[in-house]
Amino acid sequence: MLQLIFYVFATILVASGAMVISARNPVHSVLFLILAFFNAAGLFLLAGAEFLAMILVIVYVGAVAVLFLFVVMMLDIDFTKMREGLQKYAPFGAAVGCILFAELVMAGLHWMFSPVMPLPITGGLGQMGGPVTNTGALGTLIYTHYLLLFQLCGLVLLVAMIGAITLTLRDRPTGRRQIISLQHERKRADTLEMMDLPLGQGTDANGGFLRPHDSYYVTAVPGSYGVPEAVEEEHEELVVREGEER
Amino acid sequence: MNAAIAQIGLGPYLTVSAALLVLGVFGIFLNRKNIIIIMMSMELILLSANLNLVAFSAALGDLSGQVLTLFVLTIAAAEAAIGLAILTVYFRNRGSIQVEDVATMKG
Repeated sequence: MLQLIFYVFATILVASGAMVISARNPVHSVLFLILAFFNAAGLFLLAGAEFLAMILVIVYVGAVAVLFLFVVMMLDIDFTKMREGLQKYAPFGAAVGCILFAELVMAGLHWMFSPVMPLPITGGLGQMGGPVTNTGALGTLIYTHYLLLFQLCGLVLLVAMIGAITLTLRDRPTGRRQIISLQHERKRADTLEMMDLPLGQGTDANGGFLRPHDSYYVTAVPGSYGVPEAVEEEHEELVVREGEER
Repeated sequence: MNAAIAQIGLGPYLTVSAALLVLGVFGIFLNRKNIIIIMMSMELILLSANLNLVAFSAALGDLSGQVLTLFVLTIAAAEAAIGLAILTVYFRNRGSIQVEDVATMKG
């Protein structure tokens, strides 16, 4: 029974891996990649790595594969043009793949565990339903023996996050932005005015409810959308552009 | 040794892992022009490495392999994020992601 489950997962994993590299539509490639991750998670579960299986599903399917999907769908790319060199590269790639596989098989047939293999650091794998779960055992190991590496991993993720944001962030001239320090410096008296109005009279005659002393745009970043001149320029550009289109 | 892996054996796990590795390498050669598929092939290769580590970890009864898998997953996620960010910026500047075009820095 266990073998049957293993071979079902393994077959679907390898088949979907093949579809990832051969699908015509990259969106299909990403979806097959997700299928491959799910089946790899199944294999992880069979091997007793429950925590890693869940991490694979959550982090990989939930974040990385969706990121791929997002980029594939966001970029407007002519994918048919990209498949031009397929026939040219396929024989070379197949040769390299065959050689690699043959080498792996040769290595796989003639190996064994060393008789002087060091003892494992931990007593054993945590098992589901046992006194120590897999997650618990993993956590104990990560926070003691591998603490430095674990923290460095967090640092790598932080650097990756900052890098990705720095790379893709761009300053758009549109959008209303403020000079934060100026905005924080404003007092209530600078912007609002208390008035005594005669009973039964509207505020319209006195200039309406909102009467800022200085302009709203005092705190706006120069050149940002909120500044009136910029608005006018933008408007003129728009008018010109529309005229050209006509 | 884990009960399940004792029944299945280490060999099938390593075979699946090797097949996945070869598929990943073949995918890089096959889709020379499409950098997104190349990155997906790299994910396949890393997945095969993870499978190997988990299989050996289960066979040896040593959790260190699973800890290593966790680190590999972290690095792979960071790599995918940075790679896709570079790809997005490149596409924004050039309007294409042809791998052959990325030789403008060559003298």
